[in-house]
Amino acid sequence: MPPPSARTLAAIFAGGALGAIARAEVAEALPVHPGTFPWATFLVNVAGAALLGWFATALQDRRPPSLALRPFLTTGLCGGLTTFSTMQLELLKLLDRGDVGLALGYAAASVVAGLAAVQLTTTAVRRAAA
Amino acid sequence: MSVAVVLGVGALGGLGAVLRFLVDGAVTRRTGAGRFPFGTLAVNLSGALVLGVFAGAALRGDAYEVWGVGLIGGYTTFSTWMLESQRLAAGRRERAAAINIIGSVLLGVLAVWLGRSLG
Repeated sequence: MPPPSARTLAAIFAGGALGAIARAEVAEALPVHPGTFPWATFLVNVAGAALLGWFATALQDRRPPSLALRPFLTTGLCGGLTTFSTMQLELLKLLDRGDVGLALGYAAASVVAGLAAVQLTTTAVRRAAA
Repeated sequence: MSVAVVLGVGALGGLGAVLRFLVDGAVTRRTGAGRFPFGTLAVNLSGALVLGVFAGAALRGDAYEVWGVGLIGGYTTFSTWMLESQRLAAGRRERAAAINIIGSVLLGVLAVWLGRSLG
């Protein structure tokens, strides 16, 4: 595999920057109160999964492959917008408080909604292309 | 957020995404593409560990925004984790998909707990 081009890295940087800022704004708008459902992380994660399913499917067979658009939208924007680490910290904080049911519900809801979001947009893009 | 914090979150978020791309690529080259998404797993677990360290060190306010939300949020990913799990399941590899999902959550909570104990 050839080393990544500067253009690819710049596209990932720009997408990641935009995604991270968007997530920080959502987190500020929807602060998490101890012992409650972490809506901000849930919403950006599911929205980001839906977008990634869309972009990854739509740009998959594009020829010639885009040097900048795909990494900007997928690795950069969707990756920067969504987070695994904050979700895990929020799960640990819920477990700390003994809110085991809420922790399990948060993990399950995130995964089920995230998978459904990917499935939905993937199917929609494939139908539109067929 | 102040303009300085927004710029800081953007700069470190972009850097985090580039780091994820490089670490994922390095791990995937060693473990083989298409078998199991070890690259994303490595990124997410190492990011969870570092975020745990930040939480343990009681990083707050603007410093948490820039380093925790920006760098580590930009570095770790939920969307790729879900996309890879969905693609495994769609390729009749439901067992690998289930292991990727459940294993990531269990090891992720463990990583953030370990990091917090160290921080």
